[in-house]
Amino acid sequence: MEISRRDFFKLSGAATAGGFLIYQTLDAQKAAAEASLDLHKPIGEGYTICPYDGSGCGFLVAAEDGRVVNIEGDPDHPVNRGAACAKGASMRQLSADNERRLNKPRYRRAGGADWEDLEWDEALDMIAERIKSTRDANWIENEGESISRRTEAIGCLGGAALDNEECYLLSKMMRGLGLVYLEHQARI
Amino acid sequence: MTNHWTDVANSDYIMVIAGNPAENHPAAYGHITDAIERGAKLIVVDPRFTRSASKAHLYCPIRSGTDVAFIGGLIKYVIDDMEANPGNYNMTYVTEYTNAAFLVHPDYKGPPDLDGLFAGYDEANRTYGKSKWTYLDAGSTEGNIIPVLYPLAEGGKGVAKKDKTLKDPNCVFQILKRQYARYTPEMVNKISGAPVEKFLEVAQTFAKSGAVGKAGNILYAMGATHHTNGAQIIRSYGILQLLLGNVGVSGGGIQAMRGESNVQGSTDQALLSHIIPGYLNVPVHTDATLQKYIDRVTPKTGDPLSLNWWKNTPKYITSLLKAWYGGAATASNDFAFHYMPKPKSGKNHTHIALFEAMEKGDEDKKEKVKGLMCWGQNPAVGSPNANQTLRALETLDWLVCVDMWETETSVFWKRPGVDPTTIDTEVFQLPALGSYEKEGTVSNSGRWVQWRYKCADGPGDARADLEMLNDLMLKVKKLYDDDAAAPNRDGILSLTWDYAAEGEHVDPRKVLKEVNGYYVTGEKAGQLVNGFANLADNGSTSCGNWVYCGCYVDEASLDAFENANKAAMFPPDNMGNRTARRWTADVGNAGFGSKPEDGYKPIGLYNYYAWCWPANRRIVYNRASVDLNGQPWDTEHPVITWFGDAAGAWKGDVSDGGGKAMVHGGHAPFIMRSEGVGCLFAPNLGTREASLADGPLPEHYEPWESPLDANPLSATKNDPVIKIWRPEEQSTPDEYPIVASTYRVVEHWQAGQMTRNSSWLVEQMPEMFIEMSEELAAEKEIKNGDKVVVWNTRGEITAVALVTKRFKPFQMNGTTVHQIGMPWHWGYSGLSTGDSANVLTPSVGDPNTTIPEYKAFLCNIRRA
Amino acid sequence: MAKAIMYDATKCTACRGCQAACKQWNELEAEETKNTGSYENPADLSYRTWLKMRFTEVENGNGLAWLFTRRACMHCTDAGCVQVCPTKAVNKTDSGIVYIDREKCTGCGYCVEACPFDVPRLDGSRVTGKAKMFKCILCKDRVDNGHEPACVKTCPPGALDFGEREDMVAKSEARVAELGDDALLYGDKELDGLHVLYVVNHPLKDHKLPVNPEVSPAVTLWQDILKPVGYGVVGIVAGGLLLNYMVARARMVKAKEGK
Repeated sequence: MEISRRDFFKLSGAATAGGFLIYQTLDAQKAAAEASLDLHKPIGEGYTICPYDGSGCGFLVAAEDGRVVNIEGDPDHPVNRGAACAKGASMRQLSADNERRLNKPRYRRAGGADWEDLEWDEALDMIAERIKSTRDANWIENEGESISRRTEAIGCLGGAALDNEECYLLSKMMRGLGLVYLEHQARI
Repeated sequence: MTNHWTDVANSDYIMVIAGNPAENHPAAYGHITDAIERGAKLIVVDPRFTRSASKAHLYCPIRSGTDVAFIGGLIKYVIDDMEANPGNYNMTYVTEYTNAAFLVHPDYKGPPDLDGLFAGYDEANRTYGKSKWTYLDAGSTEGNIIPVLYPLAEGGKGVAKKDKTLKDPNCVFQILKRQYARYTPEMVNKISGAPVEKFLEVAQTFAKSGAVGKAGNILYAMGATHHTNGAQIIRSYGILQLLLGNVGVSGGGIQAMRGESNVQGSTDQALLSHIIPGYLNVPVHTDATLQKYIDRVTPKTGDPLSLNWWKNTPKYITSLLKAWYGGAATASNDFAFHYMPKPKSGKNHTHIALFEAMEKGDEDKKEKVKGLMCWGQNPAVGSPNANQTLRALETLDWLVCVDMWETETSVFWKRPGVDPTTIDTEVFQLPALGSYEKEGTVSNSGRWVQWRYKCADGPGDARADLEMLNDLMLKVKKLYDDDAAAPNRDGILSLTWDYAAEGEHVDPRKVLKEVNGYYVTGEKAGQLVNGFANLADNGSTSCGNWVYCGCYVDEASLDAFENANKAAMFPPDNMGNRTARRWTADVGNAGFGSKPEDGYKPIGLYNYYAWCWPANRRIVYNRASVDLNGQPWDTEHPVITWFGDAAGAWKGDVSDGGGKAMVHGGHAPFIMRSEGVGCLFAPNLGTREASLADGPLPEHYEPWESPLDANPLSATKNDPVIKIWRPEEQSTPDEYPIVASTYRVVEHWQAGQMTRNSSWLVEQMPEMFIEMSEELAAEKEIKNGDKVVVWNTRGEITAVALVTKRFKPFQMNGTTVHQIGMPWHWGYSGLSTGDSANVLTPSVGDPNTTIPEYKAFLCNIRRA
Repeated sequence: MAKAIMYDATKCTACRGCQAACKQWNELEAEETKNTGSYENPADLSYRTWLKMRFTEVENGNGLAWLFTRRACMHCTDAGCVQVCPTKAVNKTDSGIVYIDREKCTGCGYCVEACPFDVPRLDGSRVTGKAKMFKCILCKDRVDNGHEPACVKTCPPGALDFGEREDMVAKSEARVAELGDDALLYGDKELDGLHVLYVVNHPLKDHKLPVNPEVSPAVTLWQDILKPVGYGVVGIVAGGLLLNYMVARARMVKAKEGK
């Protein structure tokens, strides 16, 4: 390899620049580098299952004061054995620290140009009223001669991102109300 | 999945088709790497060279939508080879464990006879009458043909006639042979574009898995189901795997690689219009009484070898009604069956139908959908024909979106180019907690139900969906309590709902226990039911979902191994909650040890890690993994082994159905079928076993939007019974000659609301893109990185061109067809925005499932 | 004593868990990127991207291959960056980690010039002297506490491994023997031994790995001759800044990748 004029110039400049820096012996510096570092954050003890694909990989979560500081694969989980893909390894960005997370019930009125904040109680009261009025006004008691007891005016979507307990209650509640348009991601 | 992720490591031959696990199931993909290290061969079949293909020993391209032709070619290869070299195959499995020997109704005709159609086609109604798609009853005599079809005709025995020599021209094996005789390597090439030599290499390689003791595995995903013949594609995998003796064995089976963390569980809990929890058929308007429903959906058999597990349907529906209606469900009122909604028989309430009914009113009564709730789903991006979806949303009176993020759906009223004041929909957006901010279970692809914990706090006022649901239902109940005139008011008021007071925390354990089931009468009243074998049809048990029964038990019901290790196996707040087990030692059922003579050789079953439905059985159909004496075909990877007549005679995994080995009078292996064996031919036997809408055998038809003028195989171009909502929107090859397919990338997830709001992922995959071959790019004067427009009859999108060697034009016997591909993750909301691929996808569905055709449609492309 | 990462490109699926895990553990912010017609992103290493995967499509008589290549610090034994660092901020531990103590780093950027793999990056301008150097430090805090580096821990197909260097060399050699044909081990001998070993079965040029990498003789010159002189020189501040500026300019015109 040749030393180009530029290289030489550059490095001689570097040497000059180095001149006004404090000299430290190589040995002293090495000792500093060898000093063992502490983990800058905990690995994690909380246990969760990845919210992404259906592999069901296990993850460890470290939180400080309720705030997530680290998430990585659980080495003891038989499926992923500590591993995580790009999504799994980024799971921490789904936490409350992500400023894009929703944190307040919101309402957009008919023809409205923007969201309005609501309290939970208010929001759920309003939704319950709409479920009841739409259901009752569009009730199909009979299909021909047969009892049918359903409404086709309300649809319900979703579930693949919910827990089983939530899916079960959703299934039970919506069927209890008489919904038949009950679908989720498995269909699409 | 018939098996589960860790079991993939035991495969000898792995065919990934219609899936891309290295991309979409990356962490579980490690078990494929393990199999390869053991010497397994990885075959990848896909229209494009994927991340998975980059690691394959053998990659074979096929044009999107031609899977049945490709697999049909493999079936033909195996049948021919099996006749020439039966010693290379497990012929006992074929004759004893499949319906190969069953005789079919003599009036059955198929595509070789009817130019692509099956017997019974009703052209006017685009439907099939299936009375001939069944077995010939053993009670038939000359001149008196009795089909095995309930209710049985007089003299019927409910058992098919059989010819175990497989020579009778009407036996399933011979019918199969005739059906696929046309699927020659040349025909496969002509249809799919798979090069003949590559196809043969795949056939020769995968057929080796037919040897006794060898295991071949098929891994698929939405690349199969997202077709107008998706169900038949998966049927074709089933036929191939049964012929090769691969179902039930370790390292074998058919694996549906699930794309969401709990899409298995949400399906189990029946968030679908055609089933209720535990895969029970949805009651319909003709089911005037519970008994009528039971009679309609419960399969029957006269075969003494068949366990016919679905005969237990009355126990499961009754226990479900007891879970839902509690004390209001009694024997004298049909267990409150009359409270359940009963859609019109035959009417479609699936996803596309929902959005069509929203925009235009339904096909039956022009009823409109006026209110919609979305619980963590984003149909504005995920629905086919996205522009139609958005138009439909605009017609709603009200919309509720429950999510962690703003989604394209929740802000559809202020999407680009729209004046919000013109849209009258009221929208509620409710902030939800994320996966590690609450407790509960999710079920993975391998049916493992796993408990996860709250590890951190959510933002602001965000709440768990469980608590929102609880409060919402309590509020609804209050409204009905105040309105005595409301329709089916008693049904709502009787629905059991005692999880927590309004505004209070709901403990998911309480719900999971209801799902598991309780004894409600007798001396065990109040105790949890330990397994669905204990459920009853007389109202003495409740169970919200029979396939989950046994997941949560009382401490007294723990098995001996659990009992001996309970302090270490169960966290104190989850005693008896088997989904919370994290026992990492690879032991078999009942804790059997580590050597075959102890009853279990570690093959990765992990019977005490989490809990697996059904009955903690890790590999379903595992009775097919042993010979008639109950001894494993593959002694290296024994799933179960028969140890004689004593109690606990089966060791290894939880055996399918218990009982004895077949030679000792035990039952046939496929207990979820009334004939007890695997179905090469899918007969129509009754409601639950009604064959498929489009034929008892898979036949290749062109996708609804095909680049070809005709089906090279027959005069029947398209599947004759597919559901088409908007025939006027068909894109045709004269204007739109390019095949397109949608898919996912590892860096993003589904409709994108999670990952397009994660900056580390947006950094890796920042923009919507379109992949195309160098040849097509040259033809269209497109350079890599250019902005391009892709359009068809439904709309147009703009994205970055990604010109790659990984797409190649298909050469199909002289015809060249170009295919492009695109991820479907993008939309107009979030940190990273872009056009949605689903603007281009059509409103057509598989005739069995009405799953939309996302994987084969036509378009054109130009530089922007 | 010496540790090493083994990267087996024949097993890598480019799921990029490593890229994300590196950012997650090391608290590195995301970059704003564009799709320029490739899966590959970010386009280059930077002060906040210490590891990235390179994607290359290669077609030859054996058909098509989609090659994935890890791109991050190689932790050389003969490390140009260590030799050239005037403040000894860049240093080498006995375990083979080339570590950067940013408190001592003045952002001069000589390490950037001295690296045969084009790895170190600055987060600011060396003209103002406010810059610091950033690169992979092999998750030294994790390694010091008995954990694998974040990238290794997260790798789903087992393409990354970590351990005693001699074990990793032996494992790599065994893997090369198993793969046969064109497989080779890269990093065992290069620059007196890298602490990131590569198993590949395509030519190095296809992976854009430099054949026979060496530290520029200019660096050697600096190390052996000019540095001692430099330490003797006192305070020519203006000259130093001017030269810093010239180095920075020269750097700017260099192509970003593959130099």
